[in-house]
Amino acid sequence: MTTVAVKPATMAQALTRALRDAMAADPAVHVMGEDVGTLGGVFRVTDGLAKEFGEDRCTDTPLAEAGILGTAVGMAMYGLRPVVEMQFDAFAYPAFEQLISHVSRMRNRTRGKMPLPITVRVPYGGGIGGVEHHSDSSEAYYMATPGLHVVTPATVADAYGLLRASIASDDPVVFLEPKRLYWSKDSWNPEEPAPVDPIGRAVVRRPGRSATLITYGPSVPVCVEAAEAARAEGWDLEVVDLRSLVPFDDETVCASVRRTGRAVVVHESGSFGGPGGEIAARVTERCFHHLEAPVLRVAGFDVPYPPPMLERHHLPGVDRILDAVGRLQWEAES
Amino acid sequence: MTVMEQRGAYRPTPPPAWQPRMDPAPLLPDAEPYRVLGTEAAAKADPELLRALYAQLVKGRRYNAQATALTKQGRLAVYPSTTGQEACEVAAAMVLEERDWLFPSYRDTLAVVARGVDPVEALTLLRGDWHTGYDPHEHRVAPLCTPLATQLPHAVGLAHAARLKGDDVVALAMVGDGGTSEGDFHEALNFAAVWQAPVVFLVQNNGFAISVPLAKQTAAPSLAHKAVGYGMPGRLVDGNDAAAVHEVLSDAVRHARAGGGPTLVEAITYRVDAHTNADDATRYRADAEVETWREHDPIELLERELTARGLLDEDGKRAARDAAEAMAASLREHMNQDPVLDPMDLFTDVYAEPTPQLREQREQLRAELEAEAGAEPEGGTHR
Ligand SMILES: Cc1ncc(C[n+]2csc(CCOP(=O)(O)OP(=O)(O)O)c2C)c(N)n1
Ligand SMILES: [Mg+2]
Repeated sequence: MTTVAVKPATMAQALTRALRDAMAADPAVHVMGEDVGTLGGVFRVTDGLAKEFGEDRCTDTPLAEAGILGTAVGMAMYGLRPVVEMQFDAFAYPAFEQLISHVSRMRNRTRGKMPLPITVRVPYGGGIGGVEHHSDSSEAYYMATPGLHVVTPATVADAYGLLRASIASDDPVVFLEPKRLYWSKDSWNPEEPAPVDPIGRAVVRRPGRSATLITYGPSVPVCVEAAEAARAEGWDLEVVDLRSLVPFDDETVCASVRRTGRAVVVHESGSFGGPGGEIAARVTERCFHHLEAPVLRVAGFDVPYPPPMLERHHLPGVDRILDAVGRLQWEAES
Repeated sequence: MTVMEQRGAYRPTPPPAWQPRMDPAPLLPDAEPYRVLGTEAAAKADPELLRALYAQLVKGRRYNAQATALTKQGRLAVYPSTTGQEACEVAAAMVLEERDWLFPSYRDTLAVVARGVDPVEALTLLRGDWHTGYDPHEHRVAPLCTPLATQLPHAVGLAHAARLKGDDVVALAMVGDGGTSEGDFHEALNFAAVWQAPVVFLVQNNGFAISVPLAKQTAAPSLAHKAVGYGMPGRLVDGNDAAAVHEVLSDAVRHARAGGGPTLVEAITYRVDAHTNADDATRYRADAEVETWREHDPIELLERELTARGLLDEDGKRAARDAAEAMAASLREHMNQDPVLDPMDLFTDVYAEPTPQLREQREQLRAELEAEAGAEPEGGTHR
């Protein structure tokens, strides 16, 4: 038996590996997008794929997001399994028409005869000092569209496992990659990647008893940090990483909230009409009698994403999370 | 008469003879990019214009170098350089009248500066303290536009509105070769032609869209040829020949102002620097290719012409250099000061009147900042 050294890998490297393994396993998998070939993508996630599999399998397309996703629909109709890259969150918007009018509802329109196994990879979120249109949290638009899975990893291992599962899915998946975690590192064995649950399962990242932080993607490490800091205040916080916004894992989330009796939802996306509203409603509907306090939200402000020099005031950070935890009606305890 | 009888009586009439709606030949671009410098046409060029172009090119090159240096020093978040593309940038601004409008892409801060916008305000987006750093109405310059080609329909709409109001205003919109693949490019050109809007589309074909070469972007004979499909003239010009770009754009502006409708101009140039400071161009192109373009440098082309005609001597060169240095020194000085930031600006101008919800969020941030300021000396607590 050989043991492979477990080396630190970045999330970007794990995503590359997932694409590579998916392409090797299934000749129907095609990667396409802007700069994904020769350059290997602006975040280098497709690095080496064109060299290994040829430009027909990893294709630099013309610069047109509607065209990229529209042609991917046709390719999927003919039995291929396209994985398209949108270069940045805000540059996926030209593809909205294809996504909403076709990708999300082709299965339904054709009574299941024409499912579209398309993965749309979208780097999203802020915290990288990007100028305007480079830091949007667009998940609420996707979540609000029936027919789309919406998946987002927060760890290196999940990046690999969830992307493999997304590509394998016969339904379209919007795969949201937290930009600022691309370079986050973790010990990870690419030869024997740890098995990852199928799409739709949340996971408890940090167990705790006092309250539950419900979060996903770029906000997971922030919540874990907040949970560590909260120990000084005497709070033992549990952190639930949703991993998938659609489907939503009511079971894991509610099991946690029933245990702790308190919950805060944390995300970068704005709070008004954002994912937190749906999550808080679901938790309240299911766990009302276990709740000691209303479910609170810590989110980005409801403003256009600010310029880099102001973004730290916009992004939910440890202090804002702890403030919210402090407002969970602890007086009732004593 | 019954339906069947009617059908029996039906005789198809032959369709009317098909006519092309216009002769496409005059719309076609020339086989070769139009050139002035080093050709017979140069003799006719106005010496004052050539000197003015030269001064602007030298300043533009210096501006690019200074902005690149400021990025290395961390004073700009990112800088997409137009080194080697200065002829297009400055000519685009110089051909416009004061009442006209410029619609720049994210790369075109030099055109914005050449139009008269303060360089610090033009670079605000790239410094990162706000999005648009200038008042678009002051110099009639639309905000720098990052979502590619989305500014083009805006230019068409503005030009159309000006005509509806009876103003003889022209809009000049800039876009890259990559941007021509976007759907908005198609829609903008079609609207412009259908409405005969007074717009000039300037495509700077600099060979690349980040790493993707033109060959992967289009199968058209040239980007200028696309014009014919919309029913507008396409013009091909050497984008490094400042006199030629100036002449072709001036003609297009005059044509538009006179009610002749839009023109698509493709300027052949080259992106000498990487896509931005964050890009590694060695991953997708050979240095040798860059070197060939250095020999076709816009400043050198013009300098050669001016010198040959006795219009430029060492004093003239020095004067241009000195003016460029003064601009760079002032830019350096201003950009080396930290911008004054107010976090509360997050909430300004989202709406004409903030919503009640936004007001709540604004108060939340204010309270946080006050608590932060108050808690500073002790530290340790999060409140
Ligand atoms: C709609 C949209 N998609 C993708 C991008 C990301 N992007 C920024 S610049 C660029 C390449 C643009 O190439 P080109 O139009 O030739 O202009 P150049 O950079 O050469 O000036 C890309 C893909 C974007 N800004 N907008
Ligand atoms: Mg280009």
